[in-house]
Amino acid sequence: MLALFYIFIAVAIAVSFWQITRIMDLRSVIADDKDNAKQGKNAIYFMVFLYAMMVYCLIFMNVIMLPESASIEGEHDDNLFSITFWLIGIVQFIMQFLIFYFTFKYRGEKTRKAKFYSDSHKLEAIWTISPAVVLVVLIGYGLWQWNNVMDLSDNKDALVIEVYSQQFRWDARYAGEDNTLGLGNVNYIKGINTMGVDMSDKNSQDDKQVTELYLPKGRKIHFKFRSQDVLHSAYMPHFRAQMNCVPGMVTEFGFTPKYTTEEMRLKPEVVDKTAGINKIRRAKGEDPYIFDFLLLCNKICGASHYNMQMKITVVEPDDYDKWIAEQPTLSSVIK
Amino acid sequence: MSEHHHKETFVTKYIFSQDHKMIAKQFLVTGMFMGIIGVLMSMLFRMQIAWPEKSFSIVEAFLGHHQTDGIMDPDIYLALVTIHGTIMVFFVLTAGLSGTFSNLLIPLQIGARDMASGFLNMVSYWLFFISSVVMVISLFVEAGPASAGWTIYPPLSALPQAIPGSGTGMTLWLVSMAIFIASSLIGSLNYIVTVLNLRTKGMKMTRLPLTIWAFFITAIIGVVSFPVLLSAALLLLFDRSFGTSFYLSDIFISGEVLHYQGGSPVLFEHLFWFLGHPEVYIVLIPALGLTSEVISTNARKPIFGYRAMIGSIIAIAFLSTIVWGHHMFISGMNPFLGSVFTFTTLLIAIPSAVKAFNYVTTLWKGNLQLNPAMLFSIGLVSTFVTGGLTGLVLGDSALDINIHDTYFVVAHFHLVMGVSAIFGMYAGVYHWFPKMYGRMMNKTLGYWHFWVSIICAYGVFWPMHFIGLAGLPRRYYTNTNFPMFDDLSDINVVITVFALVGGLGQLFFIANFFISMYRGEKATQNPWKSNTLEWTTPVEHIHGNWPGKLPEVHRWAYDYSKRIDSKDDDSDYLHGQDFVLQTTPLLEGEEES
Repeated sequence: MLALFYIFIAVAIAVSFWQITRIMDLRSVIADDKDNAKQGKNAIYFMVFLYAMMVYCLIFMNVIMLPESASIEGEHDDNLFSITFWLIGIVQFIMQFLIFYFTFKYRGEKTRKAKFYSDSHKLEAIWTISPAVVLVVLIGYGLWQWNNVMDLSDNKDALVIEVYSQQFRWDARYAGEDNTLGLGNVNYIKGINTMGVDMSDKNSQDDKQVTELYLPKGRKIHFKFRSQDVLHSAYMPHFRAQMNCVPGMVTEFGFTPKYTTEEMRLKPEVVDKTAGINKIRRAKGEDPYIFDFLLLCNKICGASHYNMQMKITVVEPDDYDKWIAEQPTLSSVIK
Repeated sequence: MSEHHHKETFVTKYIFSQDHKMIAKQFLVTGMFMGIIGVLMSMLFRMQIAWPEKSFSIVEAFLGHHQTDGIMDPDIYLALVTIHGTIMVFFVLTAGLSGTFSNLLIPLQIGARDMASGFLNMVSYWLFFISSVVMVISLFVEAGPASAGWTIYPPLSALPQAIPGSGTGMTLWLVSMAIFIASSLIGSLNYIVTVLNLRTKGMKMTRLPLTIWAFFITAIIGVVSFPVLLSAALLLLFDRSFGTSFYLSDIFISGEVLHYQGGSPVLFEHLFWFLGHPEVYIVLIPALGLTSEVISTNARKPIFGYRAMIGSIIAIAFLSTIVWGHHMFISGMNPFLGSVFTFTTLLIAIPSAVKAFNYVTTLWKGNLQLNPAMLFSIGLVSTFVTGGLTGLVLGDSALDINIHDTYFVVAHFHLVMGVSAIFGMYAGVYHWFPKMYGRMMNKTLGYWHFWVSIICAYGVFWPMHFIGLAGLPRRYYTNTNFPMFDDLSDINVVITVFALVGGLGQLFFIANFFISMYRGEKATQNPWKSNTLEWTTPVEHIHGNWPGKLPEVHRWAYDYSKRIDSKDDDSDYLHGQDFVLQTTPLLEGEEES
């Protein structure tokens, strides 16, 4: 019924508007010099608005952005991003200026004659070649960095961890003493064997299943991702890392944590961001927020997609050794 | 043909019409209707993002059992996002834009009596109409419409256990899209044949207006890529209904292991994006074509670099079919493929940059008639540049890792294909309204419409880049479970306010459109003093377009402000006025431009 009420209101407004237009003058249809002058000025006002907004966002939104990369591999990501961002920022400022300034400057006037200018091979060559040159640099650096991140072949002593996704939670499995994960398949899912680990595989015996990630600082982590039902995406924004979890296959990604959680909390940008968040939370009467690394789901996966997270704690290698020793092996849990 | 007039009934004239002008209008009005639904949905889910815990009676009114006390449920949120994307991309910006203007302008601008096959053209519209009806029906399914995102990645889209929308809603989605693709293919083939075969005497390919080049290339991309989506959809239908395993393997859901073995969702992603990426250009290129025409006419200047414009459209079309993998850098495909797709993707920036620079050069030293259509075209150039530049960030695989599927992506593609294409469509409607309805649209409402739209477009999508850089994933029903995003909630409110105002601002257009249709100033034959052939037809529509013989073409479409002495800008116009119709023969000693 409420819907009908809204539709009725909309129809009533439309009808009354229709009646009002009877007395309106709809004869003005083609822009004359007065319109050109006015709209030319509007273009300048709009340009001021656009620049003000662009600059405001660029300056004041720094505080909300992700802090510097907490992984060693991510440093180049930040670099490449800064280079690209400066570049496109400059081009953006110049191009928008030209577009709206020309709109104002060359607004139509009875006395003005447009210049007949249909072609210039020189100009066209310039703006074909200059983007091409710039792109060579970006592509080169980008591909180097891509290989850097994706190549996991020459890391024999990387710590192997499996991240396992299902609607709507994350689990993780550490490879244990042998640093080799036992096989897994959905057919083995039963009771407390929620990750479907094949317990007849000898590599499975010392694996350790946990619900929160602990990572040692300074050691390369080799992540393997599996999914039990639909696509999920393991997104670890602070480490500049993300990989889809695909049912039926194992995907991989690797990085080396650079700061412990404790160190990260002391970084000025993190302190600022946390303070900002806590100001908002205090006003709403909520508990204060403390910075933690997070793993989020970043591929639409169902109704509770928005609430699929796992805490990541980066610690000193000694603390990590202590923590992992306390975790029970699968063979002791799954009989 | 015009020689033998049939007696036309209401049904043959307005419903099952085979006249391209009427079919164009049918596409436009259906597209607008779908557009209203799509935009209203976006306003609803923007309200949810900004005020997640607030109750709205409008939500209560329209979402039926998908809400509790005026707060929408998480799965209907995903459904709204999904259907918004589907409707805007396919029904508004593919059928509504390309269907309208390819139909209206191809015969008129190449000097043909109608499309190559009027009957198939009619079939194309009615298939589109049926697919729209099926899509709208799917909104009323008990468990809700498709909700796996407009990209419908399986397994989520294949398993009703995973999300309720993947039941009947998803089946209807697939049926609707299959019909839609048939419609689009029939239309595209018709456009290609018409452009190749029915050009009037003297209308060489190198004299075609850029609009026609754009529609022609768009149709070719459509014919190349849409069948792949059809096959992807059919295989998905098989997986869902007949137990095949094209995309599914090793799945445990709702307490049981499913029988699927050996398929891969990554295969679906490849098939989907083989259409999905060219689709971006299917949406964008017609808008750029319309803009080229509108900017040149209103700047009273030839379009700068006509041949470079054609070259870059062709280059973009070719590259668009080999870049699909940039949507899949983190899908689990081989990293080497990622490198290849980064390379091809960034190459596409070159022809795009050429187009943008050529538009700006066309504005330079023009005599700009700032009609609403012209402003929308300028707006398109602006948003195309803004959105295109951030493509350099996303196309780079190493950077994409971190911002993939965040709001940065949402901001990027909405600016570069959403806002740009819709601005191109508005420019087209304001400019060719007199050709469609024989009346003019009001300029004051047009100006209001433009300024509200562009301010809100930037107000929505510029800040959105930054919340993406803060790491906020898209398609989250609410961000309140992540304290690390608490400081983004104010920005989300600002974005939503801009979105609501911008959405309501489109009422200026709708009001202007319908009022002008009946009460607008009567149009003259060539109101914008344009060169192209459509403005040589009578204002009143007739079957066959031209009353007598077909016009003969003697020059390209862009002889605006041509001078007696080509070196001297102060010399008089060569033909005594600042435009020269394509039908005007060359003067003695005049060089073709």
